[in-house]
Amino acid sequence: MIYFDNAATTKPCEEAAKAVCEAMRDNWANPSSLHGLGLKAEQAVSSAREIIAKTLDTDSECIYFTSGATESNNLAIFSAAKTLGRHKKKIVTTKIEHPSVSQPIKYLEENGFEVVYVSPDKSGEINPADIISAVDENTCLVTCQLVNNETGYILPVAKAFKAIKRLYPNVMTHSDCVQGFMKLNITARSLNADLISLSGHKIYGPKGVGALYVKRGVRVLPVNYGGGQEKKIRSGTEAVPNISGFGAAVETFSNSIEKRFEKMSELKGYLGEQIESVEGVSLNRFSESSPYIASVTVNNIKSETLLHYLEMNGIYVSSGSACSKGKKSDVLKAFGYDDKAVDSTIRLSFSHENKMSEIDEFIRQIKNAKAELIKIKQ
Amino acid sequence: MKEIILCKYGEIALKGLNKRTFEDVLIKNIKRRLNPMGKFHYTRSQSTVYIEPLDENADIDDKAVEKLKKVFGIAKISRSIECEKSLEGIKNTAVPALEDTLLGAKTFKVETKRADKTFPLKSPEISNEAGGMILDAYPHLRVDVHNPDVTVLVEIREQNAYVSAGKEDGAGGIPVGTSGRAMLLLSGGIDSPVAGYMIAKRGVVLDAVHFESPPYTSERAKQKVIKLAERMAEYTGRIKFRCVPFTKIQEEIKNNCPEELFTIIMRRLMMEIADKICESERIQCLVTGESIGQVASQTMHAMVCTDVVANRPVFRPLIGMDKSEIIAVSRKIDTFDISIEPYEDCCTVFTPKHPKTKPDIKAVEAGQDMFDFAPLVDEAIENTTCEFIEAKR
Repeated sequence: MIYFDNAATTKPCEEAAKAVCEAMRDNWANPSSLHGLGLKAEQAVSSAREIIAKTLDTDSECIYFTSGATESNNLAIFSAAKTLGRHKKKIVTTKIEHPSVSQPIKYLEENGFEVVYVSPDKSGEINPADIISAVDENTCLVTCQLVNNETGYILPVAKAFKAIKRLYPNVMTHSDCVQGFMKLNITARSLNADLISLSGHKIYGPKGVGALYVKRGVRVLPVNYGGGQEKKIRSGTEAVPNISGFGAAVETFSNSIEKRFEKMSELKGYLGEQIESVEGVSLNRFSESSPYIASVTVNNIKSETLLHYLEMNGIYVSSGSACSKGKKSDVLKAFGYDDKAVDSTIRLSFSHENKMSEIDEFIRQIKNAKAELIKIKQ
Repeated sequence: MKEIILCKYGEIALKGLNKRTFEDVLIKNIKRRLNPMGKFHYTRSQSTVYIEPLDENADIDDKAVEKLKKVFGIAKISRSIECEKSLEGIKNTAVPALEDTLLGAKTFKVETKRADKTFPLKSPEISNEAGGMILDAYPHLRVDVHNPDVTVLVEIREQNAYVSAGKEDGAGGIPVGTSGRAMLLLSGGIDSPVAGYMIAKRGVVLDAVHFESPPYTSERAKQKVIKLAERMAEYTGRIKFRCVPFTKIQEEIKNNCPEELFTIIMRRLMMEIADKICESERIQCLVTGESIGQVASQTMHAMVCTDVVANRPVFRPLIGMDKSEIIAVSRKIDTFDISIEPYEDCCTVFTPKHPKTKPDIKAVEAGQDMFDFAPLVDEAIENTTCEFIEAKR
């Protein structure tokens, strides 16, 4: 099996699986219980919190656990709307966000907020000046992902947020860093973000856990009300096993961010070289992109068909879009792909376990697919 | 308190000398649905099936009624309380048992059917008495004989009296298994499950055939079709489901035939394969979800071209229905939400840009003759898989 779908989810590492099991078997008490067992469970949560905080070069008080990045994004966006949005009714975001950002914003737009969507320019990239100039004193929130999940393109978040904070210090800045965390060298400070969303299962941890970084002094209001866990920001008994697994995964890989980045760069570089030898297939390039994600367009073959063809040959990728029955990825369209390209683009996403030889096999199968599969009409 | 279910037949009551055969099939179908829920006793009289729980585990609950509502051949269903055949009996047993229904109502009326003419009171008198008892027990109620929230029905029968709080509509139609066997071409869209439902409603046993084209269609698309068959099976009973590997045929159509005729040739070959399976399984007719003019391949001309390859009648129960009407039925039978799951299906993969809407049969045949499909058709039938699909709930 060749697994090139690591941006969808990663295979949990041994350390994470062990931590989850241990928490379920031996450390299953409620962290809010006053007795010793509760304390032990609470310590497991605190220790995971510290590990994650350290990786972002911040304090553990700034990390709040959630059920995943979707919840973190919702919490960040609705909180900004509730706190600052009473007087400031404008939100600035990009056209290429993940649905867990774009959908909550759409809801706010339908309920009276003005939303500015910054699109990639002609070169297919977001110009930081476009984000900065969209912000004014009436803006409550700027939200911008760090790495685009469909193409790997790295957005100029740090540059944009720095300027925005200088011009309008009270504007809330939020970044969905799911595809960047533990893959790029980022810290809360370097991004100039007030709020950062993270996910466990994209970095070899378990599913069902994520976190929201909240800068000290930034006010966040909850979406869920209840027992007041996570300093009242996220009520609900802490998912100790998932949180422990998340912590264990971060601990395992936090020292190898640069090493893995280099390895992935080599891998993606190799893919780019090899692809040039295949006619009608291209790697979609950006001035700055994550080596973990590669967007590949195979002319005249439907991405869903190609995906299943590769799957039959043991290679797992994803169609760069949720395309089917005429529904095409708005994100790829926003990048300027035409309808035909949107329909025939697949996404490869890597982990440190992938090898060069797997790229060779992929290239071989792409050549076979081009020979065997029926072409869709030009 | 003993509760029983009364299922009144619809059309079967009019069946004359064949009535008994229809009743037998209906009771067999009812038993098949209720058996997993416990032991029941079934009796029939006066165009009604009486279902009584036999042991304590066999409880008549909402679930049993829900299942019965999907059995074709039943026109009306009522849950009744069995009580002693006297006013005392009605007062002591039935009136308290109706509490759940009557507390949620503001107005009511009582209707009486006196099948046992030896009972001393006449129907209107029984209604008056029972109405009085109900008003005494539930003082918040008012009588409204024209538009009541609840109609309480008192039936005086041979052995006992039965009291129910209104009837519910059954599935109608006639019992599955009384009208032969048909093969449904099941795609995964909105229409074909509705077509299958409508044919089964007329008593037909349903088989289904699906065409899959991996890698152009996915395993998920097939699972979706199986889910649809499971929902249909709630009405039709167990479905024999066949899956035909269709990739090679589609590829050769694409490689050899004129583009504007892709869809029509594909449908002809599907029809031919389905027809051959019918032949070997002694299935009498084919069923499709086509509706005139809905898409390019469902024009009158196109249907003429597909019909000629079948050696048996092709029934199209949706032929005169609009999409909105079809959707209404698919929502009713709960297949709509599955049908709209977005996976590529065999019909959408190779759609030509400009399909012929008025294909000429000669031209279509000539187009299809550009390649010898016969060996591939045999191979597809040879490799067809088959499984039985049961209702899941």
